[in-house]
Amino acid sequence: MFAVLRDLVRYNNEFAIGLVLVAAIGIFALASLFSPVDPNLIFTTIPDQPPSAEFWFGTNSRGQDMFWQLSEAFRNSLVFGLTVACISRIIAITVGLLSGYLGGWIDRVLMFVNDIFVAIPIFPVLVLFYFVLRSDMNTVTLALIMACLGWAYDARLIRSVALGLKHREFTRHAVFAGMSTRKILLQEHLPFVMPIVFATFMNNMLWSIGLEVTLAVLGLTDINTPTIGTVLYWANSHSAMVVGVWWWIVIPVVLTALTFLGLFLLAVSTNEYIDPRSRLRRMGV
Amino acid sequence: MTSYFWFVAKRAVLLVAVIFFGVSATFFITHLSPISPVETALGRIANQSSFSPDAIEDMRRVLTDLYGTDRPLLQQYVTFWQKLAAGDLGPSLIAFPTPAMTLVMQALPWTVALLVVSTLITFLAGNLLGALAGYFQNNMALKAFGVVAVVLQPIPYYVVAFVLLILFGFVWPVLPISGGYAMDVAPGWTLDFMWSVALHAILPAVSLVLVGFGTWFLGMRALVSNVVTEDYVTYAELAGVKRSTIMGGYVIRNAMIPQVTGLAMNIGTVFSGTIITEQVFNYPGLGSLLIDAVFGGDYALVLAVSTISITAVGIAIFIVDLLYPLIDPRVKAE
Repeated sequence: MFAVLRDLVRYNNEFAIGLVLVAAIGIFALASLFSPVDPNLIFTTIPDQPPSAEFWFGTNSRGQDMFWQLSEAFRNSLVFGLTVACISRIIAITVGLLSGYLGGWIDRVLMFVNDIFVAIPIFPVLVLFYFVLRSDMNTVTLALIMACLGWAYDARLIRSVALGLKHREFTRHAVFAGMSTRKILLQEHLPFVMPIVFATFMNNMLWSIGLEVTLAVLGLTDINTPTIGTVLYWANSHSAMVVGVWWWIVIPVVLTALTFLGLFLLAVSTNEYIDPRSRLRRMGV
Repeated sequence: MTSYFWFVAKRAVLLVAVIFFGVSATFFITHLSPISPVETALGRIANQSSFSPDAIEDMRRVLTDLYGTDRPLLQQYVTFWQKLAAGDLGPSLIAFPTPAMTLVMQALPWTVALLVVSTLITFLAGNLLGALAGYFQNNMALKAFGVVAVVLQPIPYYVVAFVLLILFGFVWPVLPISGGYAMDVAPGWTLDFMWSVALHAILPAVSLVLVGFGTWFLGMRALVSNVVTEDYVTYAELAGVKRSTIMGGYVIRNAMIPQVTGLAMNIGTVFSGTIITEQVFNYPGLGSLLIDAVFGGDYALVLAVSTISITAVGIAIFIVDLLYPLIDPRVKAE
């Protein structure tokens, strides 16, 4: 595991850049644990101050210090992304491995369900949930709903690997040795799909945080919890660009872009690492 | 030919299943919730002016009758399908008494046009440039495209649209940033109107293309850089086959197959992106309609937009699937 990381950092610039970006954003988000102000309160400081030595990221029209506000927002958004990615990985691994290993009608039924999930547009469904839940919609509910909707594409990827593993020699040995199906899947097959799980983990985080930003900006989530999206929502509702409080919009947008770029680079480079052909080409062997 | 028939039949079954489960999901999500459409509507009406308790009771009776909420759930479900088949989901609340379906049908062409045009541009440009970048790996200009694609691809639709809005709304106001056509032009098949529509579509389309481009470019570049190492490509090069023929006939043809599958799987995501982009640029499509309906508490309209969205995306995926055998002859041969 450690050797893999070392190789990635040494031979893959994209991975190194991604790692630095994500680590920086992660530290920034964790700083909110030591925040001197409660980010949920408004009018705790002078409103509309441009970035300065005292207020690094300025203050917004609601009288919040943007540094601590954004720190909390990024922590909430990252935790949200991690939650969605973890839960949907569990579903994707279960469906993918079972479908690939068992085959037959179970495979057909699972993949049929899978195709339906791939084809249904998720955004209208999420809006529908907000329409129904309204004030009961909070970050945890949203994370659960999105996890249940966001596994399908990756389950198919995992299945395609599991299909290949099924006919390998070691699987047959395990069966003859009397291993249970559960044990074969967890101990023998799971390690082979882990690289895909890591790469899709990052992609899933990107997808879920991106959707959360979108929903929040439109005001379709709990707008009182600071997240990347709700910061932009409040900036919009105070017409920050028009009244000249540009730092309220520009700083979050730049930080968001950096976060997404970092996660994306990690996903792409892990993906490339999985393919031995491109890995060797990069190492110059 | 029979195998093509079976391929289409299987896809058609999937299409029906997607529409059935998707539309059922919308029904049950809205109807299993404790929030009653009747009370929501009453709350809105009673907020705007004062009524006597008797009048409110009358309205409650009429609305309950209209939405049919006093009947058992299963019966409501059957009625819902019957109404949907007849294309009538009841009157919209925010534009009372226009039927919700009429509003959706007015908005649908805008969304479909925006989606089709931007998807075609994105898919063709991304794949062509991606293929070139995979084939000519040392070309500096194509490498630059790669960097741009990597930076833009992960950014959410909303942020890109919003940045464009700021750039062309505040910094350099040359393009219209809001609406589907200029206020002073009458809708119709006139040159003025179409010019106005095209101008207004530029920014929404560009933001969709910018976000979508990277997916195809990066995917195609990776695929092509693997295909060019295949023996048959080396053989063709050694045999002196023209480079353009190798590119078009051997490399792109093979690399296209997973990309077309990707297109079918991508339509749902792009549709979501279109909805958001429309909202940013105030474009008169399904997205703006959906958001208006949600904030107006318009039950019938939300249901109508969701069902039509799911159906439209399902049909779009079906059409892309039908094109698949044209690119991959193995589907026909099996």
